[in-house]
Amino acid sequence: MTAAIGQPLDRVDGHAKVTGAGRYSAEIALPGLAHAVLVTSRIPSGRVELIDTYDAERAEGVLAVLHHLNLPKGGSVPPLLPSLFGAAASGQTFFPMQDEVIHYAGQHLAMVVAETLDQAEHAARLVRVTYQETASITTVEQGRDRAYEAEKIFAGFIPGRIARGDAAAALDRAQVTVENTYYCAANHHNPIECSATTAVWEGDRLTLYDATQGPNATLHTVAELLNVMPSHIRVVTDYVGGSFGCKAMIWDHPALAALAARAVHRPVRLALSREQMFSSVGHREEQEQRLTLGADRDGRLTAIRHHKLSPTSHFDDWAEPSLGVASQMYACPDYEGVYRLIKANTMTPTFTRCPGEASGMFVMETSMDELAEKLDLDPLELRLRNYAETDPGSGNPWSSKGLRDCYRRGAELARWSERDPRPGTQRDGNWLLGWGMASSGYPVTPPGNPQRARARIFADGSAVVQSSFSDIGTGSATAMTQVAADGLGVPLERMRVQYGDSDLPNTAAAVGSAGAGMVSAAVHIAATALRDQLIAQAVADEHSPLHGADPRQVVVSDGRMALRDRPGTGETYAELLQRSFMPDAEALGTWNPPGMDTPYGTMTFGAQFAQVAVDPDLGLCRVRQLIGVFDPGRVLNRKTAHSQLMGGMLWGMSHALLEGTIMGPDGRWANASLGEYLVPVNADAPDVVIETIETTDTVVNPLGVKGVGEVGMVGTAAAIANAIWHATGRRHHRLPITIESLL
Amino acid sequence: MRPVSYSRVSDVATAIATVAADPTSAYLAGGTTKIDMLRIYAEPSQRLVDINDLPIDHIEVQPDGAVRVGGLARMNDVALAPVVLDRFPMLSEALLLGASAQLRNMASMGGNMLQRVRCSYFRDAEASCNKREPGTGCSAIAGVNRGHAVLGASPHCIATHPSDAAVALVALDAMIHVQNSGGHHAIAIDDFFLLPGDTPEREHPLNHGDLITAIEVPALPAARNSLYLKVRDRESYEFALASAACALTVTDGVVAEVRLALGGVATKPWRARKAEQVLHGAPATRETFARAAQAELADAVPQTMNGFKIELVQRTMIRALETLTARGAAA
Ligand SMILES: Cc1cc2nc3c(=O)[nH]c(=O)nc-3n(C[C@H](O)[C@H](O)[C@H](O)COP(=O)(O)OP(=O)(O)OC[C@H]3O[C@@H](n4cnc5c(N)ncnc54)[C@H](O)[C@@H]3O)c2cc1C
Ligand code: SF4
Repeated sequence: MTAAIGQPLDRVDGHAKVTGAGRYSAEIALPGLAHAVLVTSRIPSGRVELIDTYDAERAEGVLAVLHHLNLPKGGSVPPLLPSLFGAAASGQTFFPMQDEVIHYAGQHLAMVVAETLDQAEHAARLVRVTYQETASITTVEQGRDRAYEAEKIFAGFIPGRIARGDAAAALDRAQVTVENTYYCAANHHNPIECSATTAVWEGDRLTLYDATQGPNATLHTVAELLNVMPSHIRVVTDYVGGSFGCKAMIWDHPALAALAARAVHRPVRLALSREQMFSSVGHREEQEQRLTLGADRDGRLTAIRHHKLSPTSHFDDWAEPSLGVASQMYACPDYEGVYRLIKANTMTPTFTRCPGEASGMFVMETSMDELAEKLDLDPLELRLRNYAETDPGSGNPWSSKGLRDCYRRGAELARWSERDPRPGTQRDGNWLLGWGMASSGYPVTPPGNPQRARARIFADGSAVVQSSFSDIGTGSATAMTQVAADGLGVPLERMRVQYGDSDLPNTAAAVGSAGAGMVSAAVHIAATALRDQLIAQAVADEHSPLHGADPRQVVVSDGRMALRDRPGTGETYAELLQRSFMPDAEALGTWNPPGMDTPYGTMTFGAQFAQVAVDPDLGLCRVRQLIGVFDPGRVLNRKTAHSQLMGGMLWGMSHALLEGTIMGPDGRWANASLGEYLVPVNADAPDVVIETIETTDTVVNPLGVKGVGEVGMVGTAAAIANAIWHATGRRHHRLPITIESLL
Repeated sequence: MRPVSYSRVSDVATAIATVAADPTSAYLAGGTTKIDMLRIYAEPSQRLVDINDLPIDHIEVQPDGAVRVGGLARMNDVALAPVVLDRFPMLSEALLLGASAQLRNMASMGGNMLQRVRCSYFRDAEASCNKREPGTGCSAIAGVNRGHAVLGASPHCIATHPSDAAVALVALDAMIHVQNSGGHHAIAIDDFFLLPGDTPEREHPLNHGDLITAIEVPALPAARNSLYLKVRDRESYEFALASAACALTVTDGVVAEVRLALGGVATKPWRARKAEQVLHGAPATRETFARAAQAELADAVPQTMNGFKIELVQRTMIRALETLTARGAAA
C-alpha cells in the first residue's frame, strides 16, 4: 500500500459542498428557529441618546428588540488571547450593548429578533437611534500627533520596541542606505461565508452552530461572556466557507445569538450581513511603515531600522506584527524595530491572512530591490549575500530551511538570469513588461496547549478518528483522513475523520498556518497509539498468528498486521477484534507541543517571482505569471497544499493591486461591499506556478509539517511592485497600487 | 427586505394598466437592479409587476438596416446576436464587458437603461442623498468620490451613470420606444438621460407606467469599425472608471466619420460632441486625438478623489481612436 500522506486526494467533503448537502452555520434548520438582525452605530464616537423601538416592536413577526437597556448582562469579557492558545479568545476586550457609549461606527447597538429573516431585517430598519456625536479619530492621518510607542502589541506577546546592537550608529556608518515610507491600506477578510451563529438552549445547556476557526475558542469565550460552565456548551462547526482570520478570534455575535435565544425561548440564528462583516469581525489595520536599510558596498546589510504606525481601538493595543518576519529574513547585526499606535474609533484590528508578514515583507522586499538597484547588484544575489544561516533575532539554528533551493528553483522557472535587468526595456504592444522577485517567510508557531485526537476501530475493520478542529475550507479534514489512515494502517476508504465539534477531543483553533501541523500531530499519535495497542494485543494473544512476535517487527498495511520479514504471517485488525468479542477498540492521542522557547528558529520559507504587464497610458497593471517555490516541510496532500499556496499568492496579488478599505470622512468604512471592495476575479488570475522543496523538519511537530496556509501571500506584493519597477522604472510605496498611481 | 407584493402579467396592455393604476407599483424585469434597491432600502416598498412574460424580447433587423431590440431582450442575447456583433461591435462589447455572465442572462435592455447609480451613499439608505431623498444633501461631495463624475455634475449630485450599453447606444443615436395608456412614442436617447441639475431624483423623462418596449439602433455603416474600451481596476466584473464607445472612418488620413461617447466619468452616458467636432475632417493623428480629448474635458470639474479621471478618460479616448485608426488602415 502506498502511503496516503502526500497524495492529491480529492476533498472528503467536496461532494457535500458542491451539492449543497453540507450545512453551514447559517443553514442549520431547526424547528421554531427565529432570526436576529443587528442594528449598528452610524457614528464613530459619542453616545446613544435615545433608542426608539416603538415601531420595530410592533412590526410583523417581531419577538424582541434587545439593546443596552434591556439586554440581560452577561459574565465578563475574557482577555484578548490568540485562539492558538486554545483558551477563551475574545477578538477585542469590549462587549457591546452594555451601556450607551459608542466607540466605533458599526458597533452593535441593538438586536431585533423575529420569525423570519426578512421581518427581522425590516424591523431593524425601524429602530430609530438618536445620537450625540463627539469628535473622532479613525485614520493614521488624523491621529498622527497622538501616536505613542506601544509597550506591547499583539495581545501582549510582542514588545513595542525590539533592538539589537545600535542601529542608529550603524546607519550613520553605512556606505549605502535606502530609506522609504510605505503605506498599506486597511484590508478586510471577505470570506464568501459571512459569520453566523445559530444558538439553541435546552434547559441550561447551550448548543452553538458557529462559523469559527476554533470550536473550542467559541466555547471558552462564550462560557466566560455568559458565565455558563464550559461543560454546558457545545459548539458545532460542520462547514466553514473561508475565514482568512475573521473567524480566528471570537467576536460578540455568538454570545449575542445565545442571549437572543434565551430572551425569546427559541433557537435563534444571527447571521452578519456582508456590510456588517466590515465592522464586526476585525480587519487588517491601515498602516504606515518607515524602513531604513544600511549596507556596505558589497551589499551586506549592516543595519535595519523599521518603524510602524497604525491605529488601534480604544480597548486594545493591537498591531499586526509587521516587523516580525522582515526582521528574521536577513543576517544583519544592528536592528531597531518600533511599533507606534494611535487610539482610534475603530474596533480592534485582528489577524488577517499573513498578519504582519504580508505588509512587513512588502516593505522589506521592495526596499531590498531598491538597494540592489543602488548597488547595481542582481536582486537575487543581494538576498543570497544576506542569507541568514541562523535566526537573526535569537541566534538559534533554523529547525529547517530550504530557502536557497527555493531561490535556485524559482529563478530557473522564471528564467531569471535571461531577463534584461534594465528597467523599461521590454514591450508587448501597449504593455511594458517586467519581472520582479521577493523572499517569503512565515513563522511556525506551536499551539499553546496539548492537542488531542481519539482513534477508534470497529470489528469490521473500519475506523474513525475524532478531533474537534474545524475545516475552514483549507481541506484539513481530507489531509487528516490521510494522516489517520497511514497512522493506523488502514485504507483511506475505511477511515473517516470526525471533526468540527467541541465535544470531540480538544484542539486549539486552526490559525496561524498551524492547523495542519498541530492536528496532524494529535491524529498521528492517536492513530499510531491504537495501532500499537492492537499489535500489543495480537502478540499477547495465543490465538493470533503473531503470538509471541516482537511488536517492533510487526507492520500494518491495509488493515492487516504482519511480520515485517514474513508478510505471510499475520492477521487483520478485524479478525483480532472479532475473535476477542470486541466491538471496537480506541486510543487517545495527545501531542504536547514544544514551548515557545524551543532553541530553534522555525519558519516556512519561499521565493516568489512575478511577471507583470503595465499599460502606462491607461494605468493598468495585469499580472501575467506568478511563480512560487516554498519549503513547507512535509506536504500532507499535494492538491490541497497547492491550492492553499495558490490562494495565498493570488491574495498577495490582490493585496498589491486591488484591496483596500477606505475610511470615509464620516468615520465609516466607505466601501463595505463586495461591489466596492475589490477582490480579484478569474479574469485577473495569472498563470500560477507552484513547487515545493522537500525539507525534513524534526523540531516543529511529529510529521514535520511547517504549514502552507499563509506563506503563499508573503512577498507576492513586493515581487509585483518590483516587477512594476522593472517594467516602468517607477517605484511604488503604497498599497494597493491603483490606476491613479500608475498613470 | 422591504415588504413587497408581486403579480405577473402576460400582455403589454395589462402590464401598463396595472402599473399605471397604482403609484406604488413598478415593473420587474430581470430584477438585478430592482431587487437590490428593495433589499438595501434605496427605493420604497412596492407592488412588483413581473413583465418577463411580455412578448417584447425580440432582436429584429429593420428594412432600412436599423436593429430593434425589445425592452426585455437580455443583455447576453443582444451582445451575441450576429447582427449586433457584425454591425455594432461597440454595443456588443459594451454589453459583454458589463456585469457578469449570470447577470447578463437575467438583465434586460430596458432595465439596463433604468439601472440606478452605484454611488455608495445612494445605496446606503441612511446617508443624505439628494437623488434618493431630495433636499437632504449630497454626501459624496465631501465623501469618498473616486468613482464619481467629472462631467455633467451639479452641486446637488455627482453620481456617475453606470450603464456601459447606454454609452454605446448614445454614440449610435439610438431611440427609446415607450408605450403607455395614451399610446406609443420614441425618445432620442440623448434626451432620455437627464443631467442632475437641481432635480437629481429625475433621471429620465418617463412617467409612471411608461413601458420601454424597444430600443432602436439606426443603421450606421461606420459602426462596423467600432469598439468599446472600458478601463477599470480589475479585469472584469466592475463598473468603468473611464470608458469610450467609438466608431471611426478615416479616409485618406482624414477623419471622415466619427462617433464618440464616454462612460464612467459623467452623470449621464456622455456623447463627446466637442471632441467629435474637433475630429471631423481633421487628420487622424495622435495630435488631433489629444486635442479632441482635451476639448471634451475642458469643462471637467474634479472632486476630491477623482481628478485622475480627467486625464484617464482623455487617454482612453486617444487609445480608442488610435486603435480604430490602425484597424481601419489594416482592413
Ligand atoms: C453586481 C452587478 C454588476 C453590474 N455590472 C454592470 C456593468 O458593469 N455595466 C452595466 O452596464 N451594468 C451593470 N450592472 C447593472 C445591470 O446591467 C442592470 O442591473 C440590469 O441591466 C437591469 O436590468 P433588469 O432587467 O435586471 O432590470 P430590473 O432590475 O428588473 O429593473 C430595473 C428598473 O427598470 C424598470 N424597468 C425594467 N424594465 C422596464 C421596462 N421594459 N420598461 C420600463 N421600466 C422597466 C424597473 O421597474 C426597475 O425600476 C450590474 C449589476 C449588478 C447587480
Ligand atoms: S452623488 Fe448623487 S447619488 Fe450620490 S450621494 Fe450625492 S446626490 Fe446622492
